[in-house]
Amino acid sequence: MKPGAAKRMRLAGMIRKESLQILRDPSSIAIAFVMPVVLLLLFGYGVSLDARKVPLAMVVEQPDASTASLIGAFRHSEYFEPQSFDSIQTAQQAFDLHEVFGIVWLRNDFSRRLLAEGDAPIGVIVNGVDANQARITGGYIQGVWQAWLADYARRHGVKLRAPVMLEPRIWFNAAVRSRNFLVPGLIAVIMTLIGAMLTSMVVAREWERGTMEALMVTPIRIGELVIGKLVPYFLLGMGGMLLSVAMALWQFDVPLRGSFWVLTAASALFMLVALGMGLLLSVVAKNQFVAGQVSIVVTFLPAFILSGFIFSIGSMPEPIQWITYLIPARYYVAILQSLFLAGDIWPIVLSNSAALLVMMVIFLGLARRKFHKRLDA
Amino acid sequence: MDSTAALVFEDVSKTFAAGGLSVRALDHVSIKTRPGLVTGLIGPDSAGKTTLMRLATGLLLPDSGSIHALGIDVLQRPLEVQSSVGYMPQRFGLYEDLTVQENLDLYADLQGVAPADRPARYRELMHMTGLAPFTRRLAGRLSGGMKQKLGLACTLVQPPRLLLLDEPTVGVDPVSRRELWAIVYRQVRDEGMSVLLSTAYLDEAERCDDVILMHAGRRLGQGTPASFSEPMRGRSFHVTAPSLGKRSLQTRLSGVPGIVDAIIEGEQVRVVTSAAGLPALPDIPDLTTSAAEPDFEDAFIAILKGDQSGATPAAATLDSHRVAQSAADKAVIEVRDLQRRFGDFHAVKAVSFSVQRGEIFGLLGANGAGKTTTFRMLCGLLPVSAGEVHVAGLDLRHAAARVRGRLGYMAQRFSLYADLTVLQNLRFFASAYGLNRRRSKQRISWSLDAFELEDYANARSADLPLGYKQRLAMAAALMHEPDILFLDEPTSGVDPLARREFWQHINALAEAGVTVLVTTHFMDEANYCDRLVIMAEGEVLAEGTPADMKARCRSKETPDPTMEDAFIALIEAHENTRKASAA
Repeated sequence: MKPGAAKRMRLAGMIRKESLQILRDPSSIAIAFVMPVVLLLLFGYGVSLDARKVPLAMVVEQPDASTASLIGAFRHSEYFEPQSFDSIQTAQQAFDLHEVFGIVWLRNDFSRRLLAEGDAPIGVIVNGVDANQARITGGYIQGVWQAWLADYARRHGVKLRAPVMLEPRIWFNAAVRSRNFLVPGLIAVIMTLIGAMLTSMVVAREWERGTMEALMVTPIRIGELVIGKLVPYFLLGMGGMLLSVAMALWQFDVPLRGSFWVLTAASALFMLVALGMGLLLSVVAKNQFVAGQVSIVVTFLPAFILSGFIFSIGSMPEPIQWITYLIPARYYVAILQSLFLAGDIWPIVLSNSAALLVMMVIFLGLARRKFHKRLDA
Repeated sequence: MDSTAALVFEDVSKTFAAGGLSVRALDHVSIKTRPGLVTGLIGPDSAGKTTLMRLATGLLLPDSGSIHALGIDVLQRPLEVQSSVGYMPQRFGLYEDLTVQENLDLYADLQGVAPADRPARYRELMHMTGLAPFTRRLAGRLSGGMKQKLGLACTLVQPPRLLLLDEPTVGVDPVSRRELWAIVYRQVRDEGMSVLLSTAYLDEAERCDDVILMHAGRRLGQGTPASFSEPMRGRSFHVTAPSLGKRSLQTRLSGVPGIVDAIIEGEQVRVVTSAAGLPALPDIPDLTTSAAEPDFEDAFIAILKGDQSGATPAAATLDSHRVAQSAADKAVIEVRDLQRRFGDFHAVKAVSFSVQRGEIFGLLGANGAGKTTTFRMLCGLLPVSAGEVHVAGLDLRHAAARVRGRLGYMAQRFSLYADLTVLQNLRFFASAYGLNRRRSKQRISWSLDAFELEDYANARSADLPLGYKQRLAMAAALMHEPDILFLDEPTSGVDPLARREFWQHINALAEAGVTVLVTTHFMDEANYCDRLVIMAEGEVLAEGTPADMKARCRSKETPDPTMEDAFIALIEAHENTRKASAA
């Protein structure tokens, strides 16, 4: 047999064997297809960084037409669920019991001071335990208040004291739906899961069960072994990516403003980085448990926390920001978020892809160099 | 360099570093195996057999020395060696989630077997291994013996010129063992293959053309099996003394100066002496002696004991371990129609036997015969699916905790705390059994004394030699002076010297009135039992004394059957009746 034909045969044999193992192993299928769906549903529906239907206590000490109009404005907002209280004491009790998240307090001189004096005749108390929620709720209350005030002034023909009216315009994610950036970011997490965690465990399994030892004393070359392992998991990871993109577009109505093909190419690049990490881990650990644990700590968790997927990298302390440069998911999340929400922003896509390319070369190169047909290396 | 040799090691050393300690696995080993022959690599555990195999395949690098396989320098061109030899590691890496056929296909792809040649080769291999009806079964669903045969078939998909087999027969039932040997010899005959096969079973040495004897990383000798056993002529004897019983006789003889080995073989005691002729024997009235045909094991023990320069430990003094001898003839363990199912798998089907006080009772069978499952039920570790078990007169279903207080259990694998010292382990077990201070002090000092563990008292258990680990495990199981002792495969993986010593301890316990229930897959160990059952596929095939078992299969062809012959005859008869009832 010609050397080329033998090489192709070995490679095909490895790929076929690896694919059969994936198909027969329920845990591979679970990690590749069930986990993404669960994570997407969880993050798409369960985790939301928006304030919506926030229970709010409205304390009106002296009801009249203007207070009724303001309460009506809160009631019409989809962000709040106002409940009326007749004194600040009862409202505070509800607040302490976590029945309401904030209090809007209209004192008995509300209508008189409303237009006459310059200071705010409205008191607002917000539960600051969840800082993020508090900031958002505070902002929304402010928004409702100002809108109502402007409207009130116009209807009564009064000139407002407030010299500047802030009218924010939000770009890229006009509806300010956190889902729109969480779901694309999640794709990076899912691909890390398949690429690094699953791969590191299946390669370590071969060491653990002794199948690697038998495999090594055959004509197979290390390069063929590596490629034979990578191809099926690459396809599996890309399958997970497509599933996630499909769910993002059709289940969660996340827009895809960039090109699908750029997205696929960037994902393929990131997949190779993740596979390289997984392979390197398993070659070094040679033990499923260790490989699995280490991959969670060095690949999965950083992809979650340090990639900018949930927490903005810009608001991290500077040393942590430096660390994020070591996290491949960071570059991919940046590409994903711009492709989904902004479009083909080439400077972002290209610079981040270049970083991924460097990481791919490093990880795959190291894995290849550490992988010997020997047991004591 | 000798170009005609299949495998050449020249002055090879290999050291492993483990936890600050360095272990010399191979110590200046030189070997040469001749082509077209089956060379046996024989030695106890940790002799260096696996290291040697891995060095030969380039999976390990030696510290010094040179290795050539099929004339190729393994250090310079490992890939070429790996492409031309066939290697079956100790746990052959079958992919358990692939079918028999898919495993074969993978190895055919890797070995570059042309698609046109495959059907014929597959047919031949499947016929040879008897796996033809199972090609679509997942490898994980095969029995131990079948897995091993499939592993061999995968290695032979492309017939290699040199075949390296690392302990291919370990834990395999005797029938499959015979089949494996037949396959190996067929390759040698038909393909002119050279084979290097390692084993810890000494009886397998006699099946090899040439034998390399290894111990503690050194090569002790090489030659035909006869060249080892022949010099032992005049040094091997059978001794009997009906008045004393075989166990007491063995104990008496093993203390005699000039006797290197005394083991129970059937109803006699086999004695190996340090020089030709019998030394002066103790004065026993009906003592009879006769010359025995020397075998490889005699030579092995003689060489090893010579190598260890008289480090023979005396049998344990277990005088303090006296058990109340009341109701001596009442059955201590009564098992009736015991069953255990795991889902739709019937691991134990209708097993019945009874064990008398002070008896050594054996459960003999291959891996997967249901021995361990039976055992776990008897200890109350696994609920019984159906049937009755009485241990020490107590119904196991209602008084499992009280039963456990009466028995000592030694699990198949070393189940003590590897990170604790010997003393810490013993203290822990004393407190686990609820012994008071005075008694626990007394029992611990007894353990250290009886099992000669004093020197190791402060050693980490993980660092103990296997034989000492075994002693420690037994000491822990005996901490609360149980009157029943359960031993699950106590000697698997232990070298022949440690095994002998271990049985001396067990004998001493039985003499003291302790009832011992033991499982084993070593056929020759069945001889140590007073009575035994032979199990296969969850069923008891026969019950009786070792002599009964052997007598049953005595025929013209095998006038003096061994336990293994008896076992195989029973299995074959069982298969035949099953086939007959299926037809």
